[in-house]
Amino acid sequence: MSGFTGFVLRRVVGVLITLLAISVIIYVVFYVTPGNVAQITCGPRCSPAQVQQVADQLRLDDPLYVRYWHFLEGLVAGQDYSTGTAVQHCPAPCLGLSYQSDQQVTQLILTKLPVSLSLVFGSMVIWLILGVGTGVLSAWRRGRLTERVLTGITLVGVATPVFVIGLVLMIVVCGELELLPFPQYVKLTDDPEQWAWNLLLPWLSLALIEAAAFARLTRSSMLETLAEDHIRTFRAYGVGERSVIWRHALRGAFAPVIALNANNVGSAVGGAVLTETLFGLPGIGRELVHAVDVVDLPVVVGMVLVVGFFVVIANALADVLYAVADRRVVLA
Amino acid sequence: MSDVLVASQAPGGTDLSVVPGASGARQFWRRLRAQRAALAAAAVVALLVLVALAAPLLTAIEGQDPTTYHPDLIDSARGGVPVGSFGGMSGDHWLGVEPQTGRDLFARLVYGARVSLGVALAATVVQIVIGVVVGVAAALGTRWVDQLLSRFTDIIVALPLMIMSLALLAIVPSGFPRPVLVAGVIGLIAWGNIAKIVRAQTLTLKGLDYVSAARLSGWGTWRIARRELLPGLAAPVITYAAILIPQNITVEAALSFLGVGVKPPTPSWGQMLTAADVWYQAAPQYLLLPAGALFLTVLALTVLGDGVRTALDPRAASRLRVGTGRRRETKVGQSLAAATEGVGGSGGPGGPGGSAGSGGSGGSGVSGGSGRGGVS
Repeated sequence: MSGFTGFVLRRVVGVLITLLAISVIIYVVFYVTPGNVAQITCGPRCSPAQVQQVADQLRLDDPLYVRYWHFLEGLVAGQDYSTGTAVQHCPAPCLGLSYQSDQQVTQLILTKLPVSLSLVFGSMVIWLILGVGTGVLSAWRRGRLTERVLTGITLVGVATPVFVIGLVLMIVVCGELELLPFPQYVKLTDDPEQWAWNLLLPWLSLALIEAAAFARLTRSSMLETLAEDHIRTFRAYGVGERSVIWRHALRGAFAPVIALNANNVGSAVGGAVLTETLFGLPGIGRELVHAVDVVDLPVVVGMVLVVGFFVVIANALADVLYAVADRRVVLA
Repeated sequence: MSDVLVASQAPGGTDLSVVPGASGARQFWRRLRAQRAALAAAAVVALLVLVALAAPLLTAIEGQDPTTYHPDLIDSARGGVPVGSFGGMSGDHWLGVEPQTGRDLFARLVYGARVSLGVALAATVVQIVIGVVVGVAAALGTRWVDQLLSRFTDIIVALPLMIMSLALLAIVPSGFPRPVLVAGVIGLIAWGNIAKIVRAQTLTLKGLDYVSAARLSGWGTWRIARRELLPGLAAPVITYAAILIPQNITVEAALSFLGVGVKPPTPSWGQMLTAADVWYQAAPQYLLLPAGALFLTVLALTVLGDGVRTALDPRAASRLRVGTGRRRETKVGQSLAAATEGVGGSGGPGGPGGSAGSGGSGGSGVSGGSGRGGVS
């Protein structure tokens, strides 16, 4: 198993390097902005002196690499910020303070994260069941009516943007039929039942769209696997069709599904901007839209970084899962 | 002697079925025409492009423009609902008017088509240019160049498209023409996958006899890249472009829906939807028209993209014979299929017979096909 351990170790190192590089790129991209950050932060009615005061406080006059170094320092060791009158300590994974509210970005993200995680993981259960099920079924029933119908439905799912499907669902279910109240986020720890009811529509909207992508992927991956020699061998040995499909072929076809899932979960944790905005869920995506509106750079940078981290880590996890699920993968 | 012979046959690469050279292009059309759904989709796309191009003409015939307010057509006593039935549809305003402002919906819709298609197309061009340059450079460069470019590509792929473009669009000064900006930002963020595909395909092509022959006869890298490799890259690039365009349309609509994309008064379908949701009872067509237009466009482009992919993918033919396990494809065919598969979604380990590009790249191939990645 030493080969496997080495593979995992190499992956971890790779992830760390990638994360560092991402932080550099994002930091540089966002802080070499053409606009005057101090002016924007201070507001349109600020005097030049006040703007200068803000710039000093934010250390905007330091060279970029010095500021990035401070940022890294804060990330690793924490940092003290002077907020004019008092000194605020920002503990270890410190992403800085919000320009707008002086709130610590790490804290802000931590309060928003449960909402986004609730949305994404709940939705993931639905999209995996729906998507993989549909994909397997249409590969199995290839050429028959079932496949045609499923392919049609899937295509509609692929072509509909999530904000259209969400809007339609909300109008029909909440507005017209009045089956559910308009969603309002309730914490899982406060009331699990209300949590689930209120998240039902967001889950469905996100899942229906994602499921379509998964159905297409699973179908093509299944068809490929079904054409492989080992499947023919299984059939020649007289293994039942059901077992061939669900046990042997699906296993071989699962690797790309894992990969896509990791990528989508990773980016959806912060990237479900549309779903969160549409349904008014106070998650990372919606907070980002707000931060973008008021040009709160530390919040924007912190959130983009966190989402990037999620994507990278999810992809690395997928690689490892992949190697476990499919022995053909070369551990390079 | 035989090398020379190969070299003289190679330019144009007509012996490879995947290369849309002279005969390849004809074969491509034949395969595309054979698919009825793709043909219908192509017709719809052609119609949409026509509408977008002829938007000024169409609105001139109607006698309206997308930005004029018509307060007289709005019932302010009822909160700004259009006067008349069906949202104010009439001979003057074919699809009615917008609630509250009274702007002509037909005009906004057809001008919105310009924005949608134009931005998506421009973004796709940017993505392809960067992707091809980076991919080819990585494949042909020294080991260090390859490492550097490939790792950089990995990082670009890890950046969530929606989040990044949302954030970038917010910090760019507002003086810029907005549609150009949106296209540029989408193009600059989402070229990672195409660079990966191009690199993998270039690596495979590089190892083929006719390229070796060209190198042996003393051709320079640049000439080989231009004359021998680019034609071979056409198929995967076209395939991927066909997938990127509908994706870019969705992203533009999403950004405009969130209010950071194309800004008023320039009409955009996504932006119309933002305003429309509160009016669904009083003026349902205000919601249904942009939603329908968006749906139809993305659907048609997706179906067309599938058709293009099938027509260019030599494995599509063998897929029709699933179960016989017959594998007739050449090495190029396989790697192309692996590459385009990554496009459509999988980007898997390239199968046991993995090609040069996908071999041992569980990591880099993984995120190859997030498809609509992040537009959630």
